[in-house]
Amino acid sequence: MESEGKKRILEVLQLDDAKDETCRTFVMHGEDHTLGNSLRYMVMKNPVVEFCGYNVPHPSEDKINFRIQTKTQPAVDVLRQGLRDLSGACEHILATFEEAVDKCKKKQNEEVEKMDMEASL
Amino acid sequence: MEQAMEKIRTRVSLEEHDVKDVHSTDFPGTYQGYDDSWNQKKFEKNFKIDVKRLTDSEMEFDMIGIDTAIANAFRRILLSEVPTVAVEKVFIYNNTSIIQDEVLAHRLGLIPICADPRLFEYRTEDQEEPTEMDTIEFQLKVRCMKNTHAPKDATDPDELFKDHKVLTKHMKWIPIGNQADLYGKNAFRPVHDDILIAKLRPGQEIDCRVHCVKGIGKDHAKFSPVATASYRLLPEIKLVKTVEGDLAELLQTCFSSGVIEVEESNGVKRARVADARRDMCSRNVFRHEELKDCITLTRVRDHFIFSVESTGVLPPDVLVTEAIKVLMSKCRAFVTEMHEQRSK
Repeated sequence: MESEGKKRILEVLQLDDAKDETCRTFVMHGEDHTLGNSLRYMVMKNPVVEFCGYNVPHPSEDKINFRIQTKTQPAVDVLRQGLRDLSGACEHILATFEEAVDKCKKKQNEEVEKMDMEASL
Repeated sequence: MEQAMEKIRTRVSLEEHDVKDVHSTDFPGTYQGYDDSWNQKKFEKNFKIDVKRLTDSEMEFDMIGIDTAIANAFRRILLSEVPTVAVEKVFIYNNTSIIQDEVLAHRLGLIPICADPRLFEYRTEDQEEPTEMDTIEFQLKVRCMKNTHAPKDATDPDELFKDHKVLTKHMKWIPIGNQADLYGKNAFRPVHDDILIAKLRPGQEIDCRVHCVKGIGKDHAKFSPVATASYRLLPEIKLVKTVEGDLAELLQTCFSSGVIEVEESNGVKRARVADARRDMCSRNVFRHEELKDCITLTRVRDHFIFSVESTGVLPPDVLVTEAIKVLMSKCRAFVTEMHEQRSK
């Protein structure tokens, strides 16, 4: 994935009326259900979205088709918003996780110290 | 009415013949009177992580207040997209053991190598020569000999032969370029030094060199950094009627140990839910006609009990952090790509 940095990872299919910006199918190369489903969830959380879904066209093709239909806004903007929301959520999850791990490690250290103290008494 | 709706939104129901309300439905427009649009502040307020157990190789933690779609993404990334270092190329100079070259190479590939993948880069396809930035080299050279000091009546191969077991401790790290100065003398080694690679008999020899590279589990399972990474939803058990006497004891046997406690007061035994978390959700209780209506079984939709078991390459908490970063970088890559395409 990282190695093919120069290749285009996002394509927009020209199936729809180009003037109608509210419907688009995006092809995301190198992605699967991991990003597909979590991004679909985020995009569907947007109230302007009428429909959002994805599929894996073939198991041996490393890509997904990601479809967005909105009520008014351009589908491209909705996709960008979804990606930003998802990475924003990840940022908070990462911070919370690191905090929780630190807390757990601190507690473990305290317990070890306490046991050492008791043993030396 | 409202209570029933709340139940559909927040619980997965386990019933006698089916599991109900499996899918998330909390999207804008599904329910009247609910604001289901994405709200970062609301998410941050409700989101919680609680680490229950943490050792060098295993961890269990609760992730509360998030949808399955995202929790599952982390699980999938842990299994197949967090990079590690593993044996990719084996150069066999001599192999007179009974293990065929290709089987030997495959076995070497599956050995977990203790090396921080964050220090390395991916090898590109068109690249000919390995460099210190992308390859770790090991030498494996073992020759089995007769033990001349073995007692005459010995039958145990351990006494009869020297080096008849080829173990991971025989793998010797050969630094490439300035690796020894950068990372120290014994920086890279197999995670365990007692993995059996092959067995030899006197005169047989294995002589090979292996190149380890960075990769991800999607490409080959040997790169997967976890032994297992899984989650389950928090079980919730509610007694809707009081269960007393022999029925209380019967109820206790329907669940995993420690889930139901039977208390005795004034000579009456009464069942109580002690710890629903320990339940494995067997639904055995529904086999008893007399207990069926006394209990409701559900699972909390947004409470994930994660269990991550590392192969020992990196500590489990680091693996989870890396997994979250992978999902974040995926999103960012697409945002940048969209920005670039628009400016073209």
